[in-house]
Amino acid sequence: MKSCVLMAHVPDTASVIKVPGASNRIDETDIKWIVSPYDEYALEEAIRLKEARGGAVTVLTYGPERAQQGLRECLARGADAAVHVKGGDGTFGDALAIARVLAAAIRKVGPFDIFFAGIKGVGSDNSLVGAMVAELLDIPHVTGVVKLEIGDGKLTAHREIEGGTEVVEAPAPCVVTAHKGLNEPRYPSLKGIMASKKVTIQTFAVADLGLDEGALAAAEATCRWKALELPPAKSGGTVLKGDEDPAGAARELARLLREQAKAI
Amino acid sequence: MAGILVFIEQRNGNLRKASLEALSEAKRLASGAGLAVNAVLVGHGIGTKAAELGKYGAGKVFVADEEKLARYSTEGYAAAVRAAVEKSSPVALFMAATALGRDLSGRVAARLGWGCLADVVRVQVEGGAVVATRPVYSGKALATADGAGKPVVVTLRPNVFPAGIGEGKAEVEALPQVAGDIRAVVREILAKEGGELDVAEADVIVSGGRGIKGPENFALIRDLAKLLGAAVGASRAVVDAGWIDHAHQVGQTGKVVSPSLYIACGISGAIQHLAGMSSSKLIVAINKDPEAPIFKVADYGIVGDLFQVVPPLIEEIKKLKAEV
Ligand SMILES: Cc1cc2nc3c(=O)[nH]c(=O)nc-3n(C[C@H](O)[C@H](O)[C@H](O)COP(=O)(O)OP(=O)(O)OC[C@H]3O[C@@H](n4cnc5c(N)ncnc54)[C@H](O)[C@@H]3O)c2cc1C
Ligand SMILES: Nc1ncnc2c1ncn2[C@@H]1O[C@H](COP(=O)(O)O)[C@@H](O)[C@H]1O
Repeated sequence: MKSCVLMAHVPDTASVIKVPGASNRIDETDIKWIVSPYDEYALEEAIRLKEARGGAVTVLTYGPERAQQGLRECLARGADAAVHVKGGDGTFGDALAIARVLAAAIRKVGPFDIFFAGIKGVGSDNSLVGAMVAELLDIPHVTGVVKLEIGDGKLTAHREIEGGTEVVEAPAPCVVTAHKGLNEPRYPSLKGIMASKKVTIQTFAVADLGLDEGALAAAEATCRWKALELPPAKSGGTVLKGDEDPAGAARELARLLREQAKAI
Repeated sequence: MAGILVFIEQRNGNLRKASLEALSEAKRLASGAGLAVNAVLVGHGIGTKAAELGKYGAGKVFVADEEKLARYSTEGYAAAVRAAVEKSSPVALFMAATALGRDLSGRVAARLGWGCLADVVRVQVEGGAVVATRPVYSGKALATADGAGKPVVVTLRPNVFPAGIGEGKAEVEALPQVAGDIRAVVREILAKEGGELDVAEADVIVSGGRGIKGPENFALIRDLAKLLGAAVGASRAVVDAGWIDHAHQVGQTGKVVSPSLYIACGISGAIQHLAGMSSSKLIVAINKDPEAPIFKVADYGIVGDLFQVVPPLIEEIKKLKAEV
């Protein structure tokens, strides 16, 4: 099976986020960039599928120059090919613009039998691109998958919902968005790292795909970040010492929760 | 008939609270901006629920009632919602950012050619357009965004907006049969054992982290949770250790929650955990390390051994509850 993994290259989850005054973008100076954590589950599932059934794994990203590093990391973990659509500065945060670019790239380098994405890109925190790509390609999707079985031309996916799990059956091709719990991603092996260096990453400009990035970021834009700010700092709470008289501290906490916070 | 259209989620014919919150918020916004508020309800055998939505502010409710829609499917629901959008030409489509809402919103937005503002915590109307604020970078920043001059889909974070009940009866309009081809089909729904309350839906959450020392001590966390009618949450450390199921995990790679009370026991407060719970209305931390970062976001805290603090806390709360 030929699978395609959509990979978002995002700020490390432990990054300190700074917003320069009157800007709608973060200060990227000290940011370390990583493969979005959920995309690691997506990639791992594609690699396992290849190991079990044969085929190949292509990783696709739309992003600036630095996203190449993310592609290299995916190759080192076991992907066979990588596609980089360069750009994305102007369309940042606009999930539909990103999905339009990804769908166009897929039409160019596809077809694929199955697509994997993360349930959510860490940073944008949108949870949108997977479903949007599926709609643009007119194929079904299943989001938040924690278990996946692939049969002949169809798949069975377990997706987490509040208080339970839905068992969804869908024909391939289909977009599957990965949730934590789907698998345990592997680390790149030395052999993988060496082999990945020999792979040529296929690169495109957005214009090569028949799209106009300027228009996607302006007239055709569907989401615009007007402002970005840091959340208001929390003023210090009431901290009680409970090492000498834990029961007393517990009593005081219960009282505060009832009388002051009216929470219990 | 420009206005706000609200997609109402139901499960087994019961209207979901998070949807009623979204509808109430739409009503609040619309009253100020002179917009209409309509709703769309999808399912099978759910017609009687439609008029009830008037109490939450819906003027008209579009109902798609078909056997094929008895269970959720992205494609069936997307077709129904699109039909309601075409009938009401709204400036925004609201839905709750539940598992279903997050599955449906991207599909519907792409079908309409609209953007989507996901998991928002604040909404306004400015010059007839919806502008919303949402946490990004795992809650380390807040982005205020709009649909760039087009209508927009907005998903509202559950438990953030109050559901206000009033008077009123909605007009009901049946949608013509909409369900076309449904390719991805729900075959079965497996309920979680014990019917435990899900953290994503709970108004109070009691969470345990590595400080609880072992899986057996979740019993203590559960006791406190039960007393408060709360769901049981967990840090990733204990989920990865296999002490509790992933469905309980709160944080960046777990669930994002906004309960009115979040009690963290033996959780250090790593940035990835805070990403999932820092928008809780009231945060209580119990941790033996005074330097633990959880205290930076806590409204109330106890520095101490949770095994010595939680049992008397349970007793005290029992006493207070008995007083009323
Ligand atoms: C990409 C990525 C995603 C992640 N996603 C998540 C996520 O979704 N959710 C999440 O929670 N984490 C997540 N993490 C992990 C996160 O970084 C932390 O490792 C994790 O939250 C720590 O869990 P903990 O607080 O239970 O454990 P620890 O950090 O080990 O903290 C245990 C705490 O218990 C206290 N303690 C010990 N004994 C007692 C006692 N007797 N009484 C009171 N207090 C006591 C200690 O002082 C300490 O503060 C993620 C990490 C990465 C890299
Ligand atoms: N620029 C991108 N390039 C490739 N894949 C992406 C990109 N942005 C998002 N995705 C994919 O879509 C998923 C969800 O992202 P989001 O909708 O931003 O939360 C991610 O986990 C990726 O799999």
